[in-house]
Amino acid sequence: MQTTKTSNDQVALTDERIIQPVSRRRFLGYVGATSAILATGASCNKNNNDDNNGVDLGSGDVGILNYAYALEQLEAAFYTQVVATPFSGITSAETGFLTDIRDHEIAHREFFKAAITAAPATAIPNLEVDFSSINFTSRASVLGTAMAFEDLGVSAYDGAGYLLKSATYLLLAGKIVSVEARHAALIRELVTANSFLGDQVDASSVNISRTPPEVLAIAGTYIKTKINASNLPTG
Amino acid sequence: MKIANILEEIEKVDGDIYERISPRRRAMKDFFSFGSKVAITAMPIGIGAMLKKAYGQAVPAGVIAVLQYALTLEHFEARYYKDGFTALGALIPAGADNSAIQIIRDSEAKHVTFLQTVISAAGATPVAAKVTYDFTAGGTFPTVFTSYVTFLAVAQVLEDTGVRAYKGRAGELLGQKVYLTAALGIHAVEARHAAKIRYMRRLNGHVPALKPYITGGNDSGVPAANGNYAGAIPETNVNQGGVIITSLPGIGGNISLNAATEAFDEPLTAAEVLALVAPFGVS
Repeated sequence: MQTTKTSNDQVALTDERIIQPVSRRRFLGYVGATSAILATGASCNKNNNDDNNGVDLGSGDVGILNYAYALEQLEAAFYTQVVATPFSGITSAETGFLTDIRDHEIAHREFFKAAITAAPATAIPNLEVDFSSINFTSRASVLGTAMAFEDLGVSAYDGAGYLLKSATYLLLAGKIVSVEARHAALIRELVTANSFLGDQVDASSVNISRTPPEVLAIAGTYIKTKINASNLPTG
Repeated sequence: MKIANILEEIEKVDGDIYERISPRRRAMKDFFSFGSKVAITAMPIGIGAMLKKAYGQAVPAGVIAVLQYALTLEHFEARYYKDGFTALGALIPAGADNSAIQIIRDSEAKHVTFLQTVISAAGATPVAAKVTYDFTAGGTFPTVFTSYVTFLAVAQVLEDTGVRAYKGRAGELLGQKVYLTAALGIHAVEARHAAKIRYMRRLNGHVPALKPYITGGNDSGVPAANGNYAGAIPETNVNQGGVIITSLPGIGGNISLNAATEAFDEPLTAAEVLALVAPFGVS
C-alpha cells in the first residue's frame, strides 16, 4: 500500500477487523474481471441482509447500539486507512494523535460488537465503506474528513441518548461521546487554532445534536452498504 | 429574549414543541407578540406553565435536582475563568492562549444562563452562585491566579471533573428528550474544553506528553488531583459493561491499556464530585 493513488482507495472489512487496506483499483487489477467482482460483491451484500431494504439496525436499545456500531465501524476504517497511508508532510505528533484515535475507534467498534452480542442480540455485519471522495495524501482532505466524522459522531450520540431505555447503555454511550468530543476538539485544533467549539455549538454553547436519520444521511456518503434504520426508536 | 431561546432549544430536540404548546401556530404567534410586552421577570413563570401543559405534567423533581447540580458546578466554572482571566491578565500569553481562555470563559457563562433559563422554565428557582469561592482550594493551589501554569493545571482538573460529573447523572435523565439532550450537549462541550486545555498545556510545554484525552488515571501532573481521576469507577477502568477492552483485538495485538483507558471517560457520583469541589467553597 503506497501513498500514491489513494484517492480511490477502499477499505476492505473482513471477518474481525480490517486486515489490510486494499486499493480498489489495484484489487480490480489483480482479479481482472470487473463484472465478476461486482457480481460477487452484490451476492455478498445480499447474504448479509435480512431483506432488500439493506442491513437492518434493529429496534429498541439494540437498534441504537447497532447504529453506534455502524458509526464506529466507519470511523475505525477511516483512521486505519489514515495511519496506513499517512498524508504528505505528516508530523510525528500528528501520527501519534491519529494512531491514538484509530485505536480508540477500534476499541469502540469492538466494544459495541461484543456488547450487542452479549445483550444478547445480533450485531450488524461489517459494513463496506466508500472513501473515494477522500484524498488520503492530503492533510486538508484527511483532517477535514476527520473533523466531519468526529463532529458527526458527537452530535449522533447526543441526539440518540434519550432514545435509550437502559441507564447502563446510556452511561456507556456517555463514556464514549465525551471521548469523541475530545477527538473533535483536537482535530479542530490541528486544522484551525481555537476552533475547538466552532460551529458545533449553539448560542447557549450547547453542542448540536442530530437525529439518526440526519446522521445516516450524512454518513451515507461514506458507507456503501445500504442501512435500514426504519426500526429504530423515534421517541 | 430568553423565552424565545428556550423554545428554540427545545425545538431542536422536539420539533413538535410549538404544536404541543398550542395546536394553533397562530396562537403561538399571538403569545409572542403578547410576551414581548410582559415584564421579563414574569416570563419564566409563563413559559414554565406552558411547558407543563405541553408535556402534560410537572417536570420531575429528580430532573430539577440534576439541573440544579449542573448549575452549581457551572457557576463555579464560570467564575473560575472570569476571575482567573482578570487576575492573570498579561500572564496569559497574548494571541491564541488569551483568546482560548476567553472562549471557554464565555462558554461557561452561557451554560450558566442556559441552565438558569431552563430551570426557571421548569418552574423552579435556579440556585445562586456563591458570593465567593476559594480558588486555591484551601491553600492547595496558592498560585492558581498568579501562575498561568497552575491556572491551566487546575482548569484541566476542573474540566475533566465536569465531564465526569455530567456523565454520572445522565441516568437520572433517562428518556427525558429535552433535558437529557441538553445535558449531553453541555457534557460534550465540557469535553471539548478539557481537550483544548490539555492541548494548551502540551503546546506550552507545561506537560509536554499530555494528550487531549485521559491516559490511565491522573495524568494531570497534579498529585492533589488524584481523587478527581479516581472514584467508584476510576479513570483507569477497562471493564465496560462486562467487556474487557484490553481483551479486544486491535492492530498488532489487543487494545493497549493506554488506548483502553483513553477511549472511555468515566463517571463520578454527585457525592464524589461535591466532596472534590468542597475545598473550593462549592456546595
